[in-house]
Amino acid sequence: MELNLLYYLVPGTVMMFCGVYGFFTRRSLLAVLLSVELMLNAVNINFAVFNRFLFPDALEGHFFSLFGIAISAAETAVAIAIMINVYRNLNGINTDDIRKLKG
Amino acid sequence: MNILSLFVLIPLLMLLALWLARGVKGVRGVMVVGASALLALAVWLTFAYLQWRRGGAGEEMFLTDSLMWYAPLHICYAVGVDGISVVMLLLSAIIVFTGTFASWRLQPMTKEYFLWFTLLSLGVLGFFISTDLFTMFMFYEVALIPMYLLIGVWGSGRKEYAAMKLTLMLMGGSAFLLIGILGIYYGAGAETMNVLELAKAHIPAEVQHIFFPLVFLGFGVLGALFPFHTWSPDGHASAPTAVSMLHAGVLMKLGGYGCFRVAMYLMPEGAAMWGDVFLILTTISVVYGAFSAVVQTDLKYINAYSSVSHCGLVLFALLMMTRVSCTGAILQMLSHGLMTALFFALIGMIYGRTHTRDIRQLRGLMKIMPFLAVGYVVAGLANLGLPGLSGFVAEMTVFVGSFENADVFHRTCTIIATTSIVITAVYILRVVGRILYGTCTNEAHLKLTDATWDERVAVICLIAAVAGLGLAPWWVSDMINVSVDPIVSRVASLLTFNDGVSVVCSDLSRMMAEWAGCAGAML
Amino acid sequence: MEYTLYILLLPALSFLLLALAGMKMGHRTAGLIGTLSLAIVAVLSWWAAAEYFTMPRQADGTLAALRPYNVEWLPFTDTLHIDMGILVDPLSVLMLVVVSTVSLMVHIYSFGYMKGERGFQRYYAFLSLFTFAMLGLVVATNIFQMYVFWELVGVSSYLLIGFYYTKPEAIAASKKAFIVTRFADLGFLIGILIYGYVLGTYDFSPSEQSLMQGGLMMPAALGLMFVGGAGKSAMFPLHIWLPDAMEGPTPVSALIHAATMVVAGVYQVARLFPIYIGFAPQTLHMIVAVGAFTAFYAATVACVQTDIKRVLAFSTISQIGFMMVALGVCTSADPHEGGLGYMASMYHLFTHAMFKALLFLGAGSIIHAVHSNEMSTMGGLHKYMPVTHITFLIACLAIAGIPPFSGFFSKDEILAACFRYSDVVGWVMTVIAGMTAFYMFRLYYGIFWGKENKALHEAHRPHESPFVMTFPLLFLALVTCVAGFIPFGHFVSSDGTIYDIHIEPSVAAVSIIVAVVAILLATGMYFRERQPVAVMLQRRFPRLHEAAYRRFYMDEVWLFVTKRIIFRWVSRPLAWFDRHVIDQFFNFTAWGANATAEEIQPMQSGNIQSYTIWFFVGIIGIALFMLAF
Repeated sequence: MELNLLYYLVPGTVMMFCGVYGFFTRRSLLAVLLSVELMLNAVNINFAVFNRFLFPDALEGHFFSLFGIAISAAETAVAIAIMINVYRNLNGINTDDIRKLKG
Repeated sequence: MNILSLFVLIPLLMLLALWLARGVKGVRGVMVVGASALLALAVWLTFAYLQWRRGGAGEEMFLTDSLMWYAPLHICYAVGVDGISVVMLLLSAIIVFTGTFASWRLQPMTKEYFLWFTLLSLGVLGFFISTDLFTMFMFYEVALIPMYLLIGVWGSGRKEYAAMKLTLMLMGGSAFLLIGILGIYYGAGAETMNVLELAKAHIPAEVQHIFFPLVFLGFGVLGALFPFHTWSPDGHASAPTAVSMLHAGVLMKLGGYGCFRVAMYLMPEGAAMWGDVFLILTTISVVYGAFSAVVQTDLKYINAYSSVSHCGLVLFALLMMTRVSCTGAILQMLSHGLMTALFFALIGMIYGRTHTRDIRQLRGLMKIMPFLAVGYVVAGLANLGLPGLSGFVAEMTVFVGSFENADVFHRTCTIIATTSIVITAVYILRVVGRILYGTCTNEAHLKLTDATWDERVAVICLIAAVAGLGLAPWWVSDMINVSVDPIVSRVASLLTFNDGVSVVCSDLSRMMAEWAGCAGAML
Repeated sequence: MEYTLYILLLPALSFLLLALAGMKMGHRTAGLIGTLSLAIVAVLSWWAAAEYFTMPRQADGTLAALRPYNVEWLPFTDTLHIDMGILVDPLSVLMLVVVSTVSLMVHIYSFGYMKGERGFQRYYAFLSLFTFAMLGLVVATNIFQMYVFWELVGVSSYLLIGFYYTKPEAIAASKKAFIVTRFADLGFLIGILIYGYVLGTYDFSPSEQSLMQGGLMMPAALGLMFVGGAGKSAMFPLHIWLPDAMEGPTPVSALIHAATMVVAGVYQVARLFPIYIGFAPQTLHMIVAVGAFTAFYAATVACVQTDIKRVLAFSTISQIGFMMVALGVCTSADPHEGGLGYMASMYHLFTHAMFKALLFLGAGSIIHAVHSNEMSTMGGLHKYMPVTHITFLIACLAIAGIPPFSGFFSKDEILAACFRYSDVVGWVMTVIAGMTAFYMFRLYYGIFWGKENKALHEAHRPHESPFVMTFPLLFLALVTCVAGFIPFGHFVSSDGTIYDIHIEPSVAAVSIIVAVVAILLATGMYFRERQPVAVMLQRRFPRLHEAAYRRFYMDEVWLFVTKRIIFRWVSRPLAWFDRHVIDQFFNFTAWGANATAEEIQPMQSGNIQSYTIWFFVGIIGIALFMLAF
C-alpha cells in the first residue's frame, strides 16, 4: 500500500471541519482559539502535502507551512493576551457575553 | 486668474478669518467686510457684463475659464457667466449681505453659525459661476450640508425633524440628479462635463427621454415642485432667520436655474417630451401653494406655502418654453428671492420680539413697531404683484410669455396659474389685517421696541432692491432676454404644441412596453 | 406739451417725500406740501386743457392725439412691450381736469376734516399716491400701462379705506375692496393677454388688419377687460366692496369712491370705444344689460339705507350704471347716428364727478358736525349749517336732473341716447332717474329737515364747518351750476368731431316731470316731523324693506362664496391633504427606511460566530452555484 495524496488530505479535511464546527459552536473563546488552530494546521498539512506530491522540486508549500506556523504562534500569543484582558474586565470569556463593542 | 473665482475665494478667506477671529466683534467685522466685498464684486460684475454685452460680444458666456481637475472623467473647474448667472450672483450677494445684518445679534455660538453660513454662501455662489456639471453638483452639495446643521442647531420648533426632513428630501433629489448628470455625460460620449461643450454634442433622444425627468426632478425638488415641496414649510419654519432668507431666497433658485441650464438646455428633446407632464405638476404647485397658504396660522408657514406657489411659477414659466416666459422665470427667481428674503427677515425680527409667529396671537403691530410693520406691508404688496415692486414685473412677463403658446392645454394652464394672484392677495391681506392692524391687547407686546439699526440696514437694502427691480425692470429684462435666447431656441424648435399631452402619453406607453419587453427578455 | 410730465411727477414726488420724511414733519407742513403740489398739478391740467382744446383741428375735424412722452418700460418681444407714457387726447384731458380738480378740492377740504388726526401726514402721502396713480391711469398710452396704474389705484384705495387701521370694520372693508377688485382684475389681465396676443400690441389703436384677424377673440378680450372695469366701477355683482369702502375717511370717499377711481371702468370702456364699436358690438349689448340692472338695483337699495354715506355710495353705483348704459347704447362712432351715448356718458362722468364729490364733501361736513353717519342723529340741520345745506341742495337738484343744474343736461343726453337705442331701455332709465330723485330727496330731507334728533343736538350743538371745508363745497357747487352750459360736445365726442348738444324737448319734458313728481313724493313723505306714509310702507312690506336694507343679501352670498367655498371647501381640505397625505407619504418613506433598519439590525449581532456561519453558508452557496453552472 502506497501512501498517496488522499491519505493526507482526508485527515486534513477532517481536522478542518472539526475546526469549523468548533468555531461555530463553542462558546468559550479558548475553545474557539483551539478550533482556529485546528483549521490553520489543516491548511498547513495541505500546503506541505501538495508541495510534496504535486511539485516535488519546489519549496513554496513548505515555506508557507512554516509561515503559517509562525503566524499561528503570533496569533495565539495576541489572542491569549486579549482573552486575559477580557477575562479581567468581564470575568469570563464566553463569546455571548462579549458585546461591549457593539453599538 | 479668473475674476469669477473670487466668488469662491472670498468666502474661503472669510472662513479662514472667521476661524481665527476672536469674539463676537471680530466675527461681525469679518462678515461685514466679506459680505460687502461679495456685494461689491457682484455689482461690479453686473456692470462689467452690461458693458461687455454693449460692446457687441457674440459669445454666450462672459469670463469663461477652465482648469482640468480630474482628467479621466473630464472634470474641470470651469467657470463662466451669462446674464442669468449674473443676476443670480447679484441676488445671492444681496441676500448674503442682508442676511449678515439680519443675524447680527444671533446667540449662541455666533462664530460657528457664521462659519456654516459662509460655507453655505460659498456653495451657492460656486454653483452659479460653474459651467461644469460635476463642479456644479459639488457646489450644490456643499450648499446642502450646512443647511442641516444650521437648522438643526440654531433653529426653532421641531428643528431636528425639520432639518432631517429637508436634508433627506434634498439629498434624495440630488441622488436623481447625480444619475441624470452621469446619464448626460455618458450619453454625450463621455468626453466633457462642460455644459457649453455638452450643448454642442448631441445626446441621443432616447437617452434624453430617460434622463430629463431625473435631472428635472432632482432640481425640481429644490425648486419645491409639487408633490416634493413638503420639506419647504417645515424647513423654513424651523430655520433661523438668515438661513430662511438664504434658503428661500437663493437656494430654491438653484432648482430653477439648474432645471433651465442643465435639464432643458442639454436635453431639449427630453424637455419637449416631458414638458407637459411637468407643466401640470407646476400648475398644481402654483395654485395649490396659494390655496394652502390661505388657512395657515404660522407666519413662516404662510410664507413657505407662498414660496411654493411662486417657485412653482418659476418652473411653470420655464416649461412654457418661450423666450418671454423663460425671461419671466428668471425675473421671478430674482424677484421672489428678494421679496421672500425680505419677508423672512421681517418675520424673524417680529418673532425675535414677540416669541410667537401665530397670527392669532399678534395684533396691532403697526403701532408698536411701525418700521417693521411698514416693511411687512411693502413685502406683502410686492408679493401680491403691485406694480412698481418686483413681483409685478416678473409675473406679467411670465403670463405674457406663457400666453404665446396658442394651444388649449397651455392656455388653460396659464389661466389657472393667473388665478393665483387673487389668492395671493387673499392670504397677504389676511395676515396684514390680522397682525399689523387692529389694536394690540397683549400687555407684553406693548412694551416691544421697533427695529434696531442693523435690522433697518437689512430691511432697507431689500426694499430698495425690490423697488429698484420693480421701477426699472428694462435693463434686467434685457440682460436676461439675451442670455435666455440660446437655451430657449434649442427647445422651441422641437416643440409640437397641439397634441403635447397625447404625444407624451403615447410615448410613455411605448416606453413602458419597451421596458416590459426588455424585462421579459432578461428573465 | 412736455410739461404734462410734471402732472405725473409732482404727486409722485410729493408721495415719496411725505412717505419717507412725513413723520418728521408737522401736520401743517405735510398737508401744505401735498396740497401745493396738487394745486400746481390742477393748474397745469387746466392749462393743458385750454391749450389742447384751442389747438387747430385736423382736416377731418378732430383734435390730434399727442404723445409728448413715451418710453419702453418693460420689453417682452420686439413688438410687445409695456410702455410708460403720456397720451393727450380729448378723453385724457377731460379726465386730467376732473381728477386734478376734485383731488385739489379734497386736499384742501381734508385740512379741516382730518385736523388733529393721528397719521395726518400718512393720509396726505396716500392721497398723493392715489392722485399719481389715477393721473397715470388716465394718461396711459397703452392698455398695459393702464393696468399698471389700475393696480396702483387699487392699492392706494386699499390703504385709504384702511386708514383708520385700528377699526375692525375699516380693516375688513379695505380687504374686501382690494380682493373683490383684484378678482375682477384677473379678468382684465386675461383680457389684456388675449388682446396682446391677438393684436401684437398693447396700444389703444392697433392696426385695422390685426383687428380684423382677431375675429371672435376681440369680443372675448374686451368682455374680460370689462369684467375688470365692472369690478372697479362697482357693477353688479362686483359692487359689494363699494358700500363698505365708506369706512374710509369721507374726503377719500369723495375722491376715490365717488368721483375718480370708480369711474375708471367707464373710462376704460370709453378708451377702447372704437374697438368696441367696430369689432365687439355684442359686448356693448352686454354692458347695457349689466349697467341698467346695476343702476336699478342700486337705486332700490339706496331708497332704504339710513347711513348717509351708504345712500351716496349706492347712488354712485347707480349713476355709474347710467354711464355704462350710455356707452353701451352706442351703435356707431358717429355722434349724429347713434354715437351720442359716448358723449353723454363722458359728460355725465364729468358732471357726476363734481356733484357727487360735492355731496360726499357735504356729507363729510355733516358728519364732522354730528359725529355720526346715521340719519337718526340728524334732521333739521338746515338751521345750523346754512352753507352745507345750500350746496347739498344744489347737488341734490343736479343729480335729480332739474335744470339748470349740470346733472340735468348730462342725464338728458343719456336718456336721449337710450331712447334712440330702444324704447324699453329709455323708459327703464327714466324710471331709475325718477328713483334717483326720490332717494336723494329722502336723504336731503332726512338730514336737513324732517325729524330732528333734538336731544342729541342740544347736548352737542352742530356747527357750520370752517372755511377751509366750505370753500371746496362752494367751488364745486359753482361748477355744478355752470357745467351744464359748457359746450361739452365740442370737446369730447365719439368720433372726435364737434357735436352740438341740443336738448330733445320730449325726452327733457318727460325726465323733468318724472323728477319733479319723485321730489314731490319725497317731500310728502319725509319733509315733516311725522312721516306716516314712510312708516306705513315699511310696516306693510317688512320683507321687502328688510331685503332692500340688507342689500338683497348680496353680501351674504359673497361671504358664502369666500368663507365657505374658498376657506372651508378648498383651502382647508388642501392644507389637510398637504399635511396628512403628501407629507405623511414622505414621512412614511422615512419611517419605512427606519423600520427596515430596525428589522434587519439583529443580524448585526456583534457575535463573530454568527457572522462566520453566514459567511460559510454564503461560500457553500457560491460554490454550489459555480458547480451547477
